Amino acid sequence: MSLATVRVSPGFEQYLPQEYYDLVKDSQFVSPRKVSEMGSFKELIEEHPMCAGCAMTLFIRTMYVALPSPENTVFVGTAGCGRLVLSQGAVPFIYGNYGDTNAVASGLKRGLGIRFADKPKDVIVAAGDGGLADIGFSMVMHSWFRKEKFTTVMLDNEVYGNTGGQESGMTQKGMVLKMAPNGKKFEKMDMIGLAKTAGVAYIARVVPTNPNRVAATIQKAVLIAREIGPTFVQAYTSCNIEYAIPTPKVMDDAREVENARYQFTEYFSDDAKEYWDNIVVEKRKIKGSATVE
Amino acid sequence: MAETLEEDVKTNPQGDVISAAPTPPKVETEKGAAAQRVVDPDYLILQAPREKTFITGSEAAKEAIRRSNVDIAISYPITPQSETMQQVGYLYAEGYLKDYYRAEEEYGVMSAIAGASRSGVRCLTATAGPGLMRGIEAIASWPGARTPAMLLVMCRVINTPLAIQPDNIELSYLLNTGLIVLHAENQQDFYDYPIIGYMVGEKPEVTLPVAVAVDGFFVTHARGWVRLPSADIKLPPRACYHEAVPMMDNENPPIRISRDAPIQKSNFISYQMHASWQQETWAAAERSRKWLKRWLGGLVEVVNPTAKTMIVASGAAVSQSREAVRQATEQGSDIGLIKVKSLRPFPHQELIEALDHAEKIVIPEFNYPGWLAKEVKNVIPRTERVISGPRVFGGMSMPTELLLEYVLEGKKH
Repeated sequence: MSLATVRVSPGFEQYLPQEYYDLVKDSQFVSPRKVSEMGSFKELIEEHPMCAGCAMTLFIRTMYVALPSPENTVFVGTAGCGRLVLSQGAVPFIYGNYGDTNAVASGLKRGLGIRFADKPKDVIVAAGDGGLADIGFSMVMHSWFRKEKFTTVMLDNEVYGNTGGQESGMTQKGMVLKMAPNGKKFEKMDMIGLAKTAGVAYIARVVPTNPNRVAATIQKAVLIAREIGPTFVQAYTSCNIEYAIPTPKVMDDAREVENARYQFTEYFSDDAKEYWDNIVVEKRKIKGSATVE
Repeated sequence: MAETLEEDVKTNPQGDVISAAPTPPKVETEKGAAAQRVVDPDYLILQAPREKTFITGSEAAKEAIRRSNVDIAISYPITPQSETMQQVGYLYAEGYLKDYYRAEEEYGVMSAIAGASRSGVRCLTATAGPGLMRGIEAIASWPGARTPAMLLVMCRVINTPLAIQPDNIELSYLLNTGLIVLHAENQQDFYDYPIIGYMVGEKPEVTLPVAVAVDGFFVTHARGWVRLPSADIKLPPRACYHEAVPMMDNENPPIRISRDAPIQKSNFISYQMHASWQQETWAAAERSRKWLKRWLGGLVEVVNPTAKTMIVASGAAVSQSREAVRQATEQGSDIGLIKVKSLRPFPHQELIEALDHAEKIVIPEFNYPGWLAKEVKNVIPRTERVISGPRVFGGMSMPTELLLEYVLEGKKH
């Protein structure tokens, strides 16, 4: 929608809830914001019921700041911790059935493409490792094979956190969790490799130790999905409850995991690389976007 | 050595050329989709002059979709549905639809329909038997999400043992999802009902998905007379901003909107919200009655309304019952028939009134559990009048002789 649509009509300021007033006066809906400014402006998400110290929350906050066009973005999610934040953000959010995200997003993106042929509408799936790699696996893979133009963000906490700590396909081999009483019997699924096989245009693996890098990754993923094809961001967003990580140590854990087995990697298809290089080389100003790292 | 007699051009069993290149449109675009004009639904449904054609049920559905101004269709093969969505694929190739794809499986199909409908476009899919069961988790979530869409259901047995034969047991599952459910008797209905369904489901006070069911093979793969209006007229496009809920297109303030908020906190307000939303969804289906009456000509059709013995049927069982009524009349017996067109909303008042005088009510069905008999018994008084049968299933046909044993000879089981 046009940002003019959300301006407050003169005389009505006093009747708006303060929280909404701030959102239309001092947020990304007014001008692009940088990650380094977080805390000094009204963010698209503020209140949420997530656990103290949750790395997933930090990741999602950063993702919101990085959105190139929040006024033309729709999120799709499924059951899991992430939707507790996403359902309270200032971006429309579809909360569907278990594991249906990438099928819902396929229909949504195509429908929006029919109705708004000349206006980019960004669709972003943000769901957990269970939602995307287990119950929604076939729909994730097929959306990639079909080259559906939307972004898939996996909030990978390596466990079913919201249902109380069960093993997922993305859990490390050997971990003892609920439903894996003797330890997980098989390796963590290689979704990055599967994404490459399926022809995903931009793939990144990231840990929220470096918020600027998270923002830059999300921006690339959204813009490349808009123009080129499917994109996939796999983000380590630890569950400090089920993995018993002391709250002050959450970022220490993230750094350890990053160094040991979750190093930042990104992959561009040839088309995506050419497209992104053009953006960087020409320093094209992307209207409404946060600053690229 | 003699030259090979094999042709160079490979064809499939239907004689179509197998090629990597897209098949050229079978209809010239200027004469087809581009030449269509939008007309008032009343004109298309009730008033436009019609010509008689002799076509299959699948072809009748295709002709309905041709005139329904559908934006996107999402397909997945299953017998006996496949032919219809193939035909819709040809319509897409000819420019009648804006998007079309073959999805991964039925759960993916029904979920994609949920996404497409939330974007504000007019959607279509179709399935049968096991496919309906596979997709039903997603389908059951459509009404609560207030997503208008068209689901064509070509009934067949639900496995096991694996079979593809006609049997409409699957409708008993569909009846409690909250969708509007129409049951087509024949090829003519399978043309009319989808068009009517689109218009009813998209009414602001309704805003619900609609299923049009038909008994597989008996109707889908058999020819019947269908009266069709000209192909150059179509329904108005979906007016999504007139509907009951906002579109998920991020075009309207407030900017903080979660149309599909999770309501699962353990407190009374959450329970109350969920309960009231369910009530509203079912109430919306009730509000479709006046539109269904207008365009279907009533939720029921009554033949020989004063007869003491009345048959109540839906779908293909109606056609068999019509023939049984004709044969009974020839034999000098006065037998009546009520065709139930709409299963949801259910025509309870119509049935109470039309059956008030009846001494014997026979309910023939193409399924084992006898869901229609249960539905009827739930709403009429003096249920001892009801004979729940005859019932055939697993692909069996329903001979009129069998019907007459129940109607005339007092057979009850």
